[in-house]
Amino acid sequence: MMSTVKFWIASFVVSIAFLVLTRWLITNEYYFFAGYQVLQFIVLATAWNILGGYTGYTNFGTGAFFAVGAYSAVVLHKLTSLPVPVMMLVGGIMSGIIGFGMGYLTLRLKGVFFAIATLALAIVAQTLIVNWDYVGGSRGIYVIRPQHAPISGSYIQYLYSLMLALTWVSVAVARTIERSTLGLGFNAIRDDELAAEAGGVPTLRLKLIATTLSGALMGMSGAPLPYYVTYLDPASSFNLSYAVNSVAMPMIGGMTSWIGPIVGAVLLGTIQQLATVTISSALNLLIVGVLLILFVVIAPNGVVGLMQSRWRARIR
Amino acid sequence: MFSLDLAVNAIVAGLLLGGFYAAVTIGVTISFGMLDIVNIAHPAFIMLGSFVAYIVNSNFGLDPILIGVVMAPLFFLVGMGVYQVYYYAFERRGEESIQGLAFFFGLLFVGEVALILVFGVDYRFVEAPYIGPSLHFGFVDLPLRMLIPFLASLLMLAVLQVFLGRTFIGRAILAVSQDRLALQLMAANPSRVKQIAFGISIATASVAGALLIIIQPVEPSIGRDYIGRIFAICVLGGMTSFPGMLAGALLIGIVESITATFYGPSWAPAVAFGFLLLTLAWRPAGILGR
Repeated sequence: MMSTVKFWIASFVVSIAFLVLTRWLITNEYYFFAGYQVLQFIVLATAWNILGGYTGYTNFGTGAFFAVGAYSAVVLHKLTSLPVPVMMLVGGIMSGIIGFGMGYLTLRLKGVFFAIATLALAIVAQTLIVNWDYVGGSRGIYVIRPQHAPISGSYIQYLYSLMLALTWVSVAVARTIERSTLGLGFNAIRDDELAAEAGGVPTLRLKLIATTLSGALMGMSGAPLPYYVTYLDPASSFNLSYAVNSVAMPMIGGMTSWIGPIVGAVLLGTIQQLATVTISSALNLLIVGVLLILFVVIAPNGVVGLMQSRWRARIR
Repeated sequence: MFSLDLAVNAIVAGLLLGGFYAAVTIGVTISFGMLDIVNIAHPAFIMLGSFVAYIVNSNFGLDPILIGVVMAPLFFLVGMGVYQVYYYAFERRGEESIQGLAFFFGLLFVGEVALILVFGVDYRFVEAPYIGPSLHFGFVDLPLRMLIPFLASLLMLAVLQVFLGRTFIGRAILAVSQDRLALQLMAANPSRVKQIAFGISIATASVAGALLIIIQPVEPSIGRDYIGRIFAICVLGGMTSFPGMLAGALLIGIVESITATFYGPSWAPAVAFGFLLLTLAWRPAGILGR
C-alpha cells in the first residue's frame, strides 16, 4: 500500500504528465472544452463521494453548491479583478459554509431528512439568485473573459489546467481521508451510526467535516464556470443534471474507494460528450438516469465492485 | 402597502391552494410517512398524471378530474410494479437507504427528461367549464379553478381516511406503519400490504396531477418545485396522520400565498423550504406532534 505522502506526489506527477501530454498533443480546442467538463465531473463525483460514499449521507443538492461557487465568482468578477484560482478558493469557502449550515440543521436527524433538505436547498438557492438583480437575476449575466490567459495557451486551456489541478487536489484529499482515522470514522457512521456513537466516534462532528469539505470542493469546481460558459443563468447553473451526474457517477463507478468516482465520471462524462455531439443533449440526460437506475438495481457496488468480485473469484 | 382586502383574499387563496397541496402530498404521506419508502419520485408521477389528463382532455374533451379518477387504477398498477422492483432490489437486501434513494432520484429524473423528450418544454393546459369563472362574496374572490380542486382534494382525503380506518386492507396498512414486525408475527405478509399501499399512493398522483393542470399550465420540470413543498408539508404534519398533513398543507398554502401577494410570486418557492428547515431543526415531530 502506498503511503499518503507518496500518493500525493505520485498523483501530482501523473497530473503534470497528463497536462503536458494533452497540451502538447491536442491542437483542437474542442477537446479542452470536453476535457474540462469531464474533469469537472470527476471533482463533483469525488466531492459527492466524500459525504455520500464514505459516510452514507445522500446529497441531492450538488447543483446548489456548484452554483454558489459560480455566482461567488460572478460577484467577485464584478467587484474585483482577482485571478480565477482565488475566486475558486472564495467559492469553495462560501459553499463550505452552506454545507456546514445545512449539516448543522439537519444531520442530527435520520439520513433521509438531510437528503430531502438538500433537494429543497437547490430550489431555494435558485430562488435567491433569480431575485438578485446584481448577478443578473433570472435573465442571466454575461461574463467577459480576459483576453489573455495568465499562462501560455488559450483561456480555455488555462481553465482546463486549473480544473486538472483541482481534480488532483480533490482526488488526493479523498484518498487521504480514506486511509486516515477520519475515514475509519466516516465508515463507522455509514455502517452503523448508533454503534459508532456508542463506540465513542464523534459522529456529528465527523458528518459536519464531511459536508463542509464536500460542499467546498463542489463550490470550487463551480467557480471557473462563468469564464467557461461566458454567460451564466440560474436555469443552467442550477441544472438538476449536476445533481444527477454527481450521484450517478460514484454509484456507477463504485462508492467505497477514491477510484470509483473517477471511473464513473470518465465513463459517464465521455458517454455524455459523445451523445451530445452525435445525438441530442436531452437524450444524454436520459442515458444517465437510466444507467443510474440500472446500476443501483443490478450492480449496487458499481464497476469497481464488479471488478473486485471477478478478481476475487479468479484468486479462488 | 398593506390592505385588508388584499390580505383576506391572499388568505382565502392560500386556503384553496393549501387544500390542493394536500392532494399532492397525500401520496407521500402514505409512502414516506407510513411505509418508510422515501419516494422522492412522487412529483414525476404527478407530472405524468397531468400529462395523461392533458392528452385525454385535448383529444376527447373529457373532464380532467374524471380522467384522473378513471386513470387511478392504472397508476395503482404502475405503483405496485415500482414497489416490486424496489422490494427485490433494495428492501429485501436491507439496502434501503442510499441506493434506494438514488433509485427514486433516478426515476424522478428519467420521468422528467422523458416527458420533455415527448412533449417539449411548452406549457400545456386543459379545458373545463369551471376554468375561468369565479364566485364573489363581497370583496372576496373564489376562482372556480381553485375551488373545484380544493373540494376534490378534500373529498379524496376523506375517502382515503375512511378507507384506512374502516376496511380490512386499510387497517392492515396502518398496522404496517405502526409495527412491521408485529404484523409478521400475526402471519401476515408486510411486503404484500406495502405493495398495495404503495400502489394507492401512486394512484393519488393521477388525481393530484389532474388537479394540478386545472390550477395552472404545466410543463415537465415544474414537478421539481413540488419536492420541497411536499416533504415540508409531510414533515410539518407529523408524517403519518392525514389531519396533521392537511393542517400543514393549509399553513404552507396560506404563507406562500401571502408571500406571493406582498413580496412577489418569485419568492414563494423559498417559503416551503424555510418551513422544512425550521421544522427539521426544531420540531421534527411536526406541528401536531408530541
